[in-house]
Amino acid sequence: MSAAEAPAAGAPASRRGLAWARRRRALAGYARAYAANRGGMAGLAALLLIAAAALAAPLFIGPGDLSITDAPGGRFDPPGAGAPLGTDAYGRSVLDLVVWGARISLTVGFLAAFVSVALGTLVGVTAGHFGGWAGNVLMRVTDWFAVLPALVMAVALAAVMTRSTLTIIIAIGVTAWPATARVVRAQTLAVEARPFIERARALGGGHAHVMLRHVLPNVMPVVLAQTTLLVAEAIMMEATLAFLGLGDPATVSWGGIIQDARTAGAISSGIWWYMVPPGVAIAVVSLAFTMCGRTLESVLNPRLRERQ
Amino acid sequence: MTAPPAAGATADAAPAPRAGGRRPGLPPTVRYLGGRVLTALVSLLAVMVTSFFLFRVLPGDPVTALTQGRAVTVEQLEAMRRDFGLDQPLPQQFLDYCLGMLTLDFGTSYQYRVPVSDLILERLGPTLLLAGTGTLIAAVLGLVLGTRAGWRRGSVMDRVDTGVALTLWSVPSFWLGLLLIVLLASGAGLFPTSGMSTPGVTGPLNVALDVAHHMVLPVATMVAVVYAQYMMIMRSSLVDEAGADYLTTARAKGLRDALVLRRHAVPNALLPTVTLIFLNLGRVVSGVILIETVFAWPGLGSLFYSGLRVPDLPIVQALFVVFAGSVILMNLLADLVYPLLDPRVRT
Repeated sequence: MSAAEAPAAGAPASRRGLAWARRRRALAGYARAYAANRGGMAGLAALLLIAAAALAAPLFIGPGDLSITDAPGGRFDPPGAGAPLGTDAYGRSVLDLVVWGARISLTVGFLAAFVSVALGTLVGVTAGHFGGWAGNVLMRVTDWFAVLPALVMAVALAAVMTRSTLTIIIAIGVTAWPATARVVRAQTLAVEARPFIERARALGGGHAHVMLRHVLPNVMPVVLAQTTLLVAEAIMMEATLAFLGLGDPATVSWGGIIQDARTAGAISSGIWWYMVPPGVAIAVVSLAFTMCGRTLESVLNPRLRERQ
Repeated sequence: MTAPPAAGATADAAPAPRAGGRRPGLPPTVRYLGGRVLTALVSLLAVMVTSFFLFRVLPGDPVTALTQGRAVTVEQLEAMRRDFGLDQPLPQQFLDYCLGMLTLDFGTSYQYRVPVSDLILERLGPTLLLAGTGTLIAAVLGLVLGTRAGWRRGSVMDRVDTGVALTLWSVPSFWLGLLLIVLLASGAGLFPTSGMSTPGVTGPLNVALDVAHHMVLPVATMVAVVYAQYMMIMRSSLVDEAGADYLTTARAKGLRDALVLRRHAVPNALLPTVTLIFLNLGRVVSGVILIETVFAWPGLGSLFYSGLRVPDLPIVQALFVVFAGSVILMNLLADLVYPLLDPRVRT
């Protein structure tokens, strides 16, 4: 955009300063475009609220509140003064459980999305940059992973490894990366065809320089949007694995609460307050991430922006 | 997405007068088909190898799991190991497994003591019935709603439809299923809570009605959670077409809006959608696992889940190959169907 002004003699700021000013302007433009989207703002607000609740949870939920043996409430108390959302089979407040579960769900969601996006970006950029024989092999490996059904694979991995939160993160991360790799590779190919890459090569830029300084920054917007959408997927997968009884039994998670409710017979005895809140929580968080991801995508991808 | 057939793209649709493409002898279509089929076979082989080694590392010994709570002698345990072939060295087990797969002999289930292929055949019907009905309804619903939303993009209807679809898409399917059971099955008593049939029902019509009655809730759950993706695909591909010149031409001819949509926009927008539907179909079979678990539907998903607990190696290995194989098969079909649907790719 304003790159043409940069070489003008007697430019007031340093080259670095100009670059930063340009980035700030671009960022402000993106922020404005994002703020104009009501769905995206609602998603963002919901996420900030939930993240704040998850971070502040230890301040008002003591270890005794979540203990199976000496929880304060009675068994299956309906919603009332002590517990706004009633209590579970062990007398724990369902509201406390759901708030506490947000910590696990968000952690797993972010870390698993990070693992798969990092892996996918690495493979995608490498395959797109080198092309030829090496790129072909990488894409064949990607295709092979993409064929493995994610849920079946994650269930198998979670069953094979010890039951812990780390296992779930790995299981989701390993199964979700092929989609990112494909998107990133396509974007890399598009970027590499542009003249500035040729210029960088002509000036003596090596593979690492081209990939890190030129391709990666241009691929990042796509990756960012993809990450946000993947977090929603990872949170859903975490809940699914926990529901199937493959989660860490020692931690409180939304899928785990639903599973507990099911085994405690809440379904047949109509104890709705045990089952409804965790599911609503999953739906709200996953919807919020989807809204943010879609808005980011439309803001960062000019082709999509025109259509809106 | 599916790559157009780059190899065969140089040859004409009518290759006879041109005496073939670059390589004489094989018609380009055959080479294209052959390449796709070969790729699919290689993928299938890779999946088979993965399946074997992935489940060998499962913790727990099937023999001890099966004999839990019973007094057994060391000799009996040894005999069981011998029966299952678990006393063989790993390379020998792998060889047996590969040879078995080639002849569609997946071994004998540890827990049910029947051939796995019989079990799979028995459970395949219910899964296909559930997944097929659900996908059909979801795809039709998604296409209709997606067309409506994409054609009037930005309208109130578009926003409401998209919002509802995305909200349902964010709901965990197992939770929605449980909720429906609470409300409509155990609560209102309108539908059965689980299974596929009531024992004691006879007569073909009664049995069909009974199965349909059992299917309502699982199918409703599946459709509610899944239709959003078909709708969003159709919506965005219709939006992609919205600015196309041929639509302006069609309007300039004086065609009514509904005709422009039905005769011109939808057929073109359907192309990418149909491909994506095929790609999704392969995943549906494994995606139905959760719904089968919640509703105790006697299909492949619940079989897989029960096999994983033991671990019943022959069952989980075979089902892993079946699940991944269905994805491979559908990818292949999508590649093969695309040139038939879109003449532009053929020429």
